[in-house]
Amino acid sequence: MSQQRKAVSLISGGLDSLLATRLILDQGIHVEGINFFTGFCVEGHTHAIRNKDKNKPKRNNALWVAEQLGIKLHIIDIIEEYKDIVLNPKHGYGANLNPCLDCKGFMVRKAREWMEARSFDFIITGEVVGQRPKSQRRDTMPVIAKESGANDRLLRPLCAKSLPETLPEKEGWVDRGKLKDFSGRNRKPQMALAAELGLTDYAQPAGGCCFLTDESYSHKLADLWAARGQRDYDLDDIMLLKVGRHIRPRPNFKLIVGRDNGENNFLKGYRNRFIHMHASSHTGPLVLLDGTPDSDDIQLAAELTARFGKGKEAEQVTVTIHDKSGNEKQLSVNPFKAELIPGNWYV
Amino acid sequence: MRQQLDARNMLCPMPVIRTQNTVETLLPGDELEIYCTDHGALNDIPAWCRINGHEVLDKSEHNGEVIITIRVGANG
Repeated sequence: MSQQRKAVSLISGGLDSLLATRLILDQGIHVEGINFFTGFCVEGHTHAIRNKDKNKPKRNNALWVAEQLGIKLHIIDIIEEYKDIVLNPKHGYGANLNPCLDCKGFMVRKAREWMEARSFDFIITGEVVGQRPKSQRRDTMPVIAKESGANDRLLRPLCAKSLPETLPEKEGWVDRGKLKDFSGRNRKPQMALAAELGLTDYAQPAGGCCFLTDESYSHKLADLWAARGQRDYDLDDIMLLKVGRHIRPRPNFKLIVGRDNGENNFLKGYRNRFIHMHASSHTGPLVLLDGTPDSDDIQLAAELTARFGKGKEAEQVTVTIHDKSGNEKQLSVNPFKAELIPGNWYV
Repeated sequence: MRQQLDARNMLCPMPVIRTQNTVETLLPGDELEIYCTDHGALNDIPAWCRINGHEVLDKSEHNGEVIITIRVGANG
C-alpha cells in the first residue's frame, strides 16, 4: 500500500489558496492549512470596529475556507518575527511599505519548518505566475522557493504546469496533468474553476490582504517611526494605526480621535496607557494622546477634542483629561475652528 | 477542569490564536471559558472548534462582552 502523502497549505482565506488546496485534496493527499497572523492582516480587524461595518459578515475567511475544504487550520502568531521582514526587507518595498517578496519567502520558510517538524511532505500555495507585481513573477517565484529552503517541495497547483516539475510531481504523489497553468492578473480562470468545483461563496479580491499595501496606512506607520526617531513597533501601535483620525499638530505628540461609537469603544480598551480626554459638557469622541505632550500641547489637544464633538460650535466646551496615573482634571476651552486645522496635521 | 481565558481588547484572529494555544495545554474533556470583546469571536471560535473537533457548550453576551465556553475534543 502506498504511503499517505501529506501537504501543508498556506491559507489566506482568498479564492486562490482555496482552489489550490482543493486541487490537491482531490488527488487524495492529506492537507492541513496554515495561516499566519502578522498584525497587518486586513482579515478580521476591519470588520470588528466601526459602526458602518456592523452588517458585514463577521467571519474569518481562512477559518471559513478551511471549513469548506474540511481541513484543519493552524493559525500562527508571527507578529514578533515578522518585524524584521517589515523593518529590514532584503528585497525592498513595493509601492508602499509592503515587503511582499520577503514576506512570501518568510511565510514559506515558516511553512517548511512546520512541515519538517510534523513529517509532512510538501507545501502548497495559491500563487499564480504574473499575478502580483513583486512576489508572483516568473523570475521571483524561484527566489521564494530557494530562500525559504522549500526548493522543489513547494508546489503551486494553479500554475504548476507552466513551472518546472516539483518533487511531488516527479515522485508521482500528485498528477501534474490535473494541475493548472494559470497566469497573469485575469481572475476569470479561477472563477471558472470555482464554478466547475461547485464553489460559489468565496472572499472577493479587495485590494490585498495586508494593510502595508495601503498608502494611507503606510504613511501613518512612517509618521510613527519619524516621530519616535526609531523604526520599531509593537502590536498595539499597528492596531491603533487602523483606528480613528490621526492628527499630529506638533512633532512630539499626536491625537487619535474616535470616529464613531465603535471606534470609541475600541479606544477605551487602550485609554489607560495614554493621556486621554473627552468633552464632558457635550457629546464627543474619546481622544488618546500619543507622545510626550506638555501643558500647552494638552490645551491645544483639548481644543481639538472639543472641535470633533457636538460642542464644536459652542462658545466653551468642558474637556475632561485623564493622565496615565488616573488623575483627572477639567479644562474649559474654545473649540478649535475646523477651517483653521492645517491639512498637514492629518496623518 | 475548567479554565478561563481573557481575550478582551483583542481583535480577530487573536482570540482564536489564544484559544488554540491554550487548548494545546489542556486535556480532552477539559473546559475553557473565553472572554472576548470582539464579537467576531462568536463566529470564529465556533468555526475553529468545528474544524478541530472541539465542542461549543455555550455562547453568551453581557455588557458588550462575549463569553464562549468550549470542551476540548478527544484529539485535543
